[in-house]
Amino acid sequence: MSFLEVKNLNISYPTRKETIVASKNVEFKLERGEILGIVGESGSGKSTIANAIIDLIDPPGEITNGSIKIDNDELRDNNGIIQKFRGKKIGFVFQDPQTSLNPLFKIKDQLIETIQTHLNLTYKDALKKSIQLLKEVGIENAEKRIEDYPHQFSGGMRQRVVIALAISCEPDLIIADEPTTALDVSIQYQILELLKDLTKKRNLGVIIITHDMGVIAETTNKVIVMRHGLIVEQGDTKELLTNPKSNEAKSLVISVPPTNKKIDRFKLISPEGKEITSDSKNLTNNIIKSWGIRENKNQKLLKLNNISKIFDDKSLGSKISFGFKNNEANKAVKAVDNVSFELFEGETLGLVGESGSGKSTIAKIITGLVKPNNGEIYYNDLSLYNSKKKYQIDKSRGQIQMIFQDPYSSLNPRFKVRDIISEPIKFFQKNISKDELIQNVFDLIDIVGMTRQSLDRYPHEFSGGQRQRISIARALATRPRLLICDEPTSALDVSIQAQILNLLKDIQDELHLTMLFISHDLPVIRQMCNRIIVLKNGIMCETKDTEELFNNPEHNYTKELIRLMPKIESII
Amino acid sequence: MLLKTYNKIYDTDIGYSFFNSKIAVISSTIFFIILICSIFAGVVAPYNPFDPASVSLMDAFTPPVWSDGGNSSFILGTDQQGRDMFSTMIYGSRISLIVGFASIIFAMLLGVFLGITAGYIGGRYEIIVMRLTDVQLTIPSILMALLVDGIARAIISQSMHDEMAIYVLIFAIGISEWPQFARVSRASTLVEKNKEYVSASRIIGLSNVLIMFKHILPNILRPILVIATIGLALAIITESTLSFLGVGVPPTTPSLGTLIRFGNNFLFSGEWWITFFPAIFLIVLALSINLLGDWMRDALNPKLKKR
Amino acid sequence: MVVVAFVSFSLFNFVGDPVNSMTGEDASDERRAEVREVLGLNDPVYVQFSRFLGNVIQGDFGISYQLKREVSDLIAERMPATLELVFVSALIAIITGVILGVYTGIHRDSFISNLILVISLAGVSLPTFIIGIMLIYLFSVILGVLPSFGRGEVTELGFWTTGFLTTSGLKALILPSVTLSLFQMTYVIRLVRAEMMEILQTDYIKFAKARGIKKNIVNYKHALKNGLIPVITITGINIGTLIAFSIITETVFQWPGMGSLFIKAVYFVDIPIMSAYMIMVAFIFVMINFIVDITYYFIDPRIRLKEETN
Repeated sequence: MSFLEVKNLNISYPTRKETIVASKNVEFKLERGEILGIVGESGSGKSTIANAIIDLIDPPGEITNGSIKIDNDELRDNNGIIQKFRGKKIGFVFQDPQTSLNPLFKIKDQLIETIQTHLNLTYKDALKKSIQLLKEVGIENAEKRIEDYPHQFSGGMRQRVVIALAISCEPDLIIADEPTTALDVSIQYQILELLKDLTKKRNLGVIIITHDMGVIAETTNKVIVMRHGLIVEQGDTKELLTNPKSNEAKSLVISVPPTNKKIDRFKLISPEGKEITSDSKNLTNNIIKSWGIRENKNQKLLKLNNISKIFDDKSLGSKISFGFKNNEANKAVKAVDNVSFELFEGETLGLVGESGSGKSTIAKIITGLVKPNNGEIYYNDLSLYNSKKKYQIDKSRGQIQMIFQDPYSSLNPRFKVRDIISEPIKFFQKNISKDELIQNVFDLIDIVGMTRQSLDRYPHEFSGGQRQRISIARALATRPRLLICDEPTSALDVSIQAQILNLLKDIQDELHLTMLFISHDLPVIRQMCNRIIVLKNGIMCETKDTEELFNNPEHNYTKELIRLMPKIESII
Repeated sequence: MLLKTYNKIYDTDIGYSFFNSKIAVISSTIFFIILICSIFAGVVAPYNPFDPASVSLMDAFTPPVWSDGGNSSFILGTDQQGRDMFSTMIYGSRISLIVGFASIIFAMLLGVFLGITAGYIGGRYEIIVMRLTDVQLTIPSILMALLVDGIARAIISQSMHDEMAIYVLIFAIGISEWPQFARVSRASTLVEKNKEYVSASRIIGLSNVLIMFKHILPNILRPILVIATIGLALAIITESTLSFLGVGVPPTTPSLGTLIRFGNNFLFSGEWWITFFPAIFLIVLALSINLLGDWMRDALNPKLKKR
Repeated sequence: MVVVAFVSFSLFNFVGDPVNSMTGEDASDERRAEVREVLGLNDPVYVQFSRFLGNVIQGDFGISYQLKREVSDLIAERMPATLELVFVSALIAIITGVILGVYTGIHRDSFISNLILVISLAGVSLPTFIIGIMLIYLFSVILGVLPSFGRGEVTELGFWTTGFLTTSGLKALILPSVTLSLFQMTYVIRLVRAEMMEILQTDYIKFAKARGIKKNIVNYKHALKNGLIPVITITGINIGTLIAFSIITETVFQWPGMGSLFIKAVYFVDIPIMSAYMIMVAFIFVMINFIVDITYYFIDPRIRLKEETN
């Protein structure tokens, strides 16, 4: 008898048109002291299983079949036991620490309430225990901080509080649903270490649900790979990652950007086992014809001189208008602090850093979305903040285009794909003929690997990866020379990420584009860039050629980042 | 052909939700019947109550047809001037609907324009607009309308006022409802403005006017539509309230509210139908619009779309 | 805001020609000139304006054109009636509204919830005056148990007259306050319901459930406290709206309050009363807003602590 046994679990979501099977015949076991990883792409049903164990599936989803047993107690359809087990025997950690704590109650109240629900302790003892717990999860000055409200903690600290709550009643099982996805690499490392530590010390069974193969490699003993609600493969983590047997697992593992070397293109295998090849190379001819042949002369294309940006967070029309004026003017944040760099034709420069490092702000400053407080930007020796040469500046702006992070908000949902792509063409070529316009749009949609039929559809009919392709087509429509990619793949699944990265490399090579590639993800940066700038709190820490940076980092922060990034190779 | 369109509409989520909600179907049917009746009042109503030739004081206070003393030529009875209740109500609802629609369109144009520009441009302009809406919002619509009407009465002479009354009323109700539109469209604009497709349009170099009205406006129409529907009901109620208070449309062109006001004087003496039927009519009208708006709000709210 | 109120209402003071309404259209020119002189209408605008402001601060709103009495006396006489009515209605609207709103928000699809919702929607669609007329018809005309107009017997407490202390006063209060509160109650129900429904879908509620916190505690402690925050704002706006809608209720029930005074003033273009009423109402709004802001400050730690860290 195992500690946790899930047998033949079936969960479905009936909707109007069809019944979505979120999990099908799922079976697995977990022992105390083990960390089990459940990995899969979005929509694979991995979170549903976690919710099913504590019976918190969002309606209209329901368990249609199967059994879930902890220490031989059946949980399914057993409300009495479930209510007793929640919090007491099973602790749950959610993805986003920003939203998982009630903002109106002190940490103290939330902890004590949970403890007193399950354990027979007096208020005083519960308080003592709470402080003990906060210390255990690494919150300093716990006696004082327990009086604070959630919003007074940083993201990482909040996730610690969430974990303290999850372990407060000595549970035997912890389920963590993407516990570090919302956190920076360094904090992610700490939280994962904390979970590993607790597993050992308290002999817990832990289930970690994640999409990140690096996290799986570094923390789990066993792993389950899911796709479309099915377990396609499960087994020992090391074994599965080094030698995946199913096509689905192979496709996942092969798409993960390696952290220890640079590869030219990702070799792609579809989950069905076929090799995916890209043919965009053959399709660029038309585009090159209309753009004219470009050559890279390794000239300086863009130059940033001592750029600084300060955001002062003056809250607009603050709620408190009488007597208590909000005095927030002095809470200015220096998002970008004296940053200078140059970008040469044809190269890909990487900007890497954690949240708040100012990397996206730099992109916005270059594209003109945000005005810097200080400094100058030169594009082809033309100052972009020079008010006199308005016409030339507007023209240069068209040559700088951007690909955004969130494929779900970067396309106007009310526009057909055709209009999304043709709008910039018409804007820059006012007297383009109708035929030419159509041909242009066709060329662009071909090159990003989409069918021409998709032109007559709306963005919501496409998946994230397809939308990102449309986004690329739109960016190319202005005939840009410089393409800024702001975390272009961080919202995508790994296999899709690999496809998009390949596509970006292809069009860069063919169309002689220069790229500024922004990401928090070091392995991705390593694959894409020739040169890398490391940013921290708006300050440039280090600039080096890619391989040089990864092999011989100089700055302490760079060293730290490289050491802490989850590495899939760590166990291979 | 018609069936095909029906199937196509049924296939969309909104259409499905509509045809599967009895309340939505019934209320919209009632609303459209009333709307069509009032548009073609001249055809639908058996009498023209404003034609002195067809009205006879002899017929005054005829009760509805099923009561004692009822007359089959006046189904719902007559009022104190001998006008057919049914016909006056149809004509009255026409006035109510005209005022309601006109004022809500006025409020919508003003509010949406100010809201989008405030949300998009920001800065001092936004602060001023939002302060204005705050002030306007704290002044309840009835009070605002009374205020406008009071000023209008003071400026315009009595005889002119009767002629102008309907425009004054439209202006008064419209001016009291625009802040709702401004607030909603500003809030939605702020959300949309931070979406990346707006940034993309800005990077391309599109002008702000184009971004605001070609890109953002279509994306914020849904909440505006909801507000407009609920606002229409509110405008009709406000109009009837003002007319009931005697500061709305002049008695020569009575709206539903005016009719109720007249009838109220006879309530205690037993002629209940003079006030009862217009009141019911008004309630049914307002209720059907409100039900429609309520359904729309739930159907268009992605957060609650769980089943 | 105070400034906005004052500017708009002082503007009011110069609109139209009060002489006409006092003397009638056909009065002789000499009579008009005389009245003008008495009212000080021949002075330059800024003199009139500063005099107006000065008078207002001293509580002097001038003399009613129509009733020929001190406006401040008229208002003081009638204010208690309106405030008592509004106070009772606000209590009814908020207490009932919150209870029903929470219930319908938690029990989303139960039969009772749907019933409450349909009734509340009917409440939004029923103009206040129709509710009033219907209640009068039912309770006064048919059943004859409650009075249809007036305040009943009132007790004088110095400058304040109250209807709370006599049975007839309380009885007279029932119909108007219920009438007045119904419309607002439906708003509160819908707002609280929407708020509760959104909160019940948040992560922290799910997390509380996952910790095994009992359902009732999750619903009535965790969710409710968050759900009540917007109620504070709404209460503020509510009272303002109630004051405005009291105009209608007072007309229907012939309630001797400020509202019925005001509506008569609008008829007869009695500008001193109109402007005095607007200023009083604006003053009350400002006070309510102030109280709402302070309440927020004490209830929401996110606002309070932002202050302290600075």
